[in-house]
Amino acid sequence: MNYEVVIGLEVHVELKTKTKIFCSCPNEFGSEPNTNVCPRCLGLPGTLPVLNEKVLEYAIKAGLALNCEIAEFSKFDRKNYFYPDLTKAYQISQFDLPICEHGYLDIDVDGNHKRIGITRIHMEEDAGKLVHEGDTISVSDSSLVDYNRAGVPLIEIVSEPDMRSAEEAKAYLEKLKAYIEYTGVSDVKMEQGSLRCDANVSVRPFGQKEFGTRAEVKNLNSFRAVQKAIEYEVERQIELIEDGGKVVQETRTWDDAQGITLSLRGKEEANDYRYFPDPDLTPLIISKDYVEEIRKTIPELPDVKKERLISEMGLPEYDAGVITSSKGLATFFDHTVAIYPDAKKVCNWLMVEFCRLLNSESVEIENSQVKPEKLAALLKLVDDGKISGKIAKTVFEEMFISGKDPEAIVEEKGLVQISDEGALGAMIDKIIAENPKSVEDYKSGNKKALGFFVGKIMKETQGQANPGMVNKMLTERLD
Amino acid sequence: MKINIKDVEYVANLARLELSEEEKTQQLEKLNKILDYMEILNKVDTKGVQPLAHVLPINNVLRKDEVHETLEREKTLQNAPEEAQGMFRVPKIV
Repeated sequence: MNYEVVIGLEVHVELKTKTKIFCSCPNEFGSEPNTNVCPRCLGLPGTLPVLNEKVLEYAIKAGLALNCEIAEFSKFDRKNYFYPDLTKAYQISQFDLPICEHGYLDIDVDGNHKRIGITRIHMEEDAGKLVHEGDTISVSDSSLVDYNRAGVPLIEIVSEPDMRSAEEAKAYLEKLKAYIEYTGVSDVKMEQGSLRCDANVSVRPFGQKEFGTRAEVKNLNSFRAVQKAIEYEVERQIELIEDGGKVVQETRTWDDAQGITLSLRGKEEANDYRYFPDPDLTPLIISKDYVEEIRKTIPELPDVKKERLISEMGLPEYDAGVITSSKGLATFFDHTVAIYPDAKKVCNWLMVEFCRLLNSESVEIENSQVKPEKLAALLKLVDDGKISGKIAKTVFEEMFISGKDPEAIVEEKGLVQISDEGALGAMIDKIIAENPKSVEDYKSGNKKALGFFVGKIMKETQGQANPGMVNKMLTERLD
Repeated sequence: MKINIKDVEYVANLARLELSEEEKTQQLEKLNKILDYMEILNKVDTKGVQPLAHVLPINNVLRKDEVHETLEREKTLQNAPEEAQGMFRVPKIV
């Protein structure tokens, strides 16, 4: 039988505010354990939460970027459960009146355009962090708790079950990440946990209207994990059904090392959170004016920017998609073309050389020593015939590592292109004289022999010969 | 609506309360009395009335996004049953 896959994602995003959501502790990643805490986020008796105005602003900003309707009336509720990372034995969240609803994001997978619905976005507080003692989880019989993260502001973005493949889920998540990153409300770093994703996955026979029973997969810490876990889960569910079994509604965790999902059943309490309005927080009445004020602060978003790069800059659709997929890359591109207007050339350098080095050296573009001015200067050196395109790559690598100006690198390493007709001519004559066999090959119609000569000369000059001149001078002599 | 002893056990478990058989019976009676009263309230016509979000007529109480002093770690951990490496030590969960 053929099955249709149904996926919905729940994405948690930590907001980049200065302080926590309901108290004035610093919202900082990587501090010493239990140093960013106070009686409020520790849930000590007698303390009261007060909402950080920036959290409300950021949640609305994210909602507007994701095409949501902003609630005119919203409130906070308590989600009750016991867990050591939760200081009050309830999480302050939003239940029936979330701040944003009915949004969407458009994705492209294999050239197919698709709209993914966003059910809702709500504000809530993050929990503390459990640190396992001992070398592995299995040998330790206790856990340590760091409450620095308790009370860090989150928005949870819940999608409609609109995705039909792991690729679509990945595309949606990547798009979502880019959109949030552009708004600046979060740094959306999956590796630091400021972007976290749970996937609801089910399968159903093609044509069936009702959804199949879903499993919720947690612990997806990378885009790769999201895709792999969904692929595994789909296969598991189909196999189970084919073998006459039934999918149970449960929470599962992705085990990245083994590449499988594991049931968390039995280790979890019944999902009965007994939500009720938090009496410690006042309801929110959101005015249209306030929403419009926030709308003005939203920068050009990825899809709009992509369209502009295609229509105004003449970039191919694929290239425009890559450049706009991250705010850092897009900003770098903008700044570079402002001083060096050949958009396609800049784009090629960013997509190929720059991205390769950023990935291999694990550097973020914002922290790279290569700046737009330096890349522009390098491209100018090529245009002026000072260095060849091949040498430019060497210079770029050096720029990336040392942060020096391209001119200085060219000078220091003696990489200036050889465009001297006399010098090149002498070299070419010598090589022609030394290789009569190849000359014959060329003359008898094997035009590939030309490449042999070009290669020889490039080797002789360590790539510094002006390739255009070499080609021209060679054909002149050989024809 | 009436609840039975199973409901009491279920709710007690969610609230992490350990009740004796006698206490369960007592609680059952008390909870059912409350539910009886709800039956009376249920008779009120609430058509067109929004559910109450807060008992006081206030809204939009917000604070500025400014960092204030945090608690010293010594104080934070002073009532911890056990601690290690500046953290609270709790029984293993997962």
